[in-house]
Amino acid sequence: MCATQPEVTTAMKIRTFGRHIKESLKSLGRNGWMTFASVSAVTVTLLLVGVFVMIMMNLNKVADDLENDVEIKVFVSLDAEEDDITELEEEISSLDGVESADFSTKEEELTDLVLDFGEELSLFEQSNPLFDVFYVKATEPQQTETVAKDIAALEYIEDVEYGEGKIEKLFDFLNAGRNVGLVLILALLFTAMFLISNTIRITIVARRTEIEIMKLVGATNWFVRVPFILEGMWLGILGSIIPIGLVVLLYQKITEFVQPRLSGELFQLLEFSPFIYQVSALILAMGVFIGIWGSFMSIRKFLRV
Amino acid sequence: MIQMKNVYKKYPNGIVALNGLNVEIAQGEFVYIVGPSGAGKSTFIKMMYREERPSSGQMLVDGKDIAKLKNRKVPFLRRDIGVVFQDFKLLPRLNVYENVAFALEVIEEKPQIIKERVMEVLDMVGLKHKAKMFPRELSGGEQQRVSIARSIVNTPKVMIADEPTGNLDPDTSWDIMNLFEQINSTGTTIIMATHNREIVNKLRHRVIAIEGGLIVRDAAGGDYGYED
Repeated sequence: MCATQPEVTTAMKIRTFGRHIKESLKSLGRNGWMTFASVSAVTVTLLLVGVFVMIMMNLNKVADDLENDVEIKVFVSLDAEEDDITELEEEISSLDGVESADFSTKEEELTDLVLDFGEELSLFEQSNPLFDVFYVKATEPQQTETVAKDIAALEYIEDVEYGEGKIEKLFDFLNAGRNVGLVLILALLFTAMFLISNTIRITIVARRTEIEIMKLVGATNWFVRVPFILEGMWLGILGSIIPIGLVVLLYQKITEFVQPRLSGELFQLLEFSPFIYQVSALILAMGVFIGIWGSFMSIRKFLRV
Repeated sequence: MIQMKNVYKKYPNGIVALNGLNVEIAQGEFVYIVGPSGAGKSTFIKMMYREERPSSGQMLVDGKDIAKLKNRKVPFLRRDIGVVFQDFKLLPRLNVYENVAFALEVIEEKPQIIKERVMEVLDMVGLKHKAKMFPRELSGGEQQRVSIARSIVNTPKVMIADEPTGNLDPDTSWDIMNLFEQINSTGTTIIMATHNREIVNKLRHRVIAIEGGLIVRDAAGGDYGYED
């Protein structure tokens, strides 16, 4: 009757899609405990993914902030007269890649130390052992090392210090954390997918006769597959609800607690919006992805259409 | 309608089910397929609706070469073929009406057409008054009628029946055969595999006997010819 009109039947009609959605939802209820098990697995997985992403992204942000704030501390030789210092300041400022150079006398340095470490240090006021100092900032954090070397080559320079090594260590730490986290998450993703594909397999087995008849009377392969793909997708979506809720709530609390305490500091956490919405979208997307992938594994194995 | 030329079928386990079969069945024919179990009857039947494909040889169904037909085209071939089984294959969760309508729903037919056609065929098989009942509430004969209604609801050109009376008592079997006669009289080709000697001998039609993967006898109005 409509065998000669494949174009009509391949176009997914709204009515058909409604039927598929209904079937897939019914199946969720019918599978009861398996649905619950796979949704729980997805929930645990996505929750860990969410928390992990939240931590890693923020550590990256902190590292970036710190990196941007790397200062070069230039100790001026004691031989330098006031004129030499003025000249030196001009020389430093005119170097390539220098953004700013702030001078601080040894008296000012000592005052800072006293402020930081206490009155006991004020006895050094009689004979100040410190140096006059320039605080130099490079335009780009990557240029810090070159700028430091250029400055060291100038006259009247006692020593040059900058946070070499510290940032690299932080990045090493971040990389290691990322790798461990990725392995853990991959293992969890695999488990969740395995559970989903098992649930779908149960649906397929329970509906063997139905599928057989569908195929006999000429339902297209996609018509047979779609309800199972949808069921997998629901499992993924259901599994992402709790993680999204918790991650949003958690980050709200974290930002509320941490943000005021970090005001004026060199580094800040990522703003609540849009960061947390991006994380939520990622969690949902991963849920949908593992759901669909899980059902495809079963469809391929148990449904030869 | 159906043409087989040197059709050969060897299963992966090495069994040769069809050994170079040649046959031609015209539109509107009524054909019995007889022969001992394991002779290749089932393979022959399954090839008609492309459940199995020939290992070699040519097989045309409604002008389409089954061997070369792409997988995604198979559904459209099957819409021209109705299949009836010994065990009815009805869906227990659906009532009579829904079981028949299912065949049209899954090929995305319009709801209005589904309603009309389903009531039409239920009337034809005499089960209009039991449309709301579930398969378990019906007798074997009634269940087979539902499955026949389902197989013809899409007005196929060929109806393939694999031992349709195998699970039914003699009286009920005759009712089913009357239904087949009626369907055949509208021009639908009927190919029926059977072990029912009484039916084949009384209701004379073309008989094709298959043994050892070959056609050993092909006679218009022939008899069953076996003693089982």
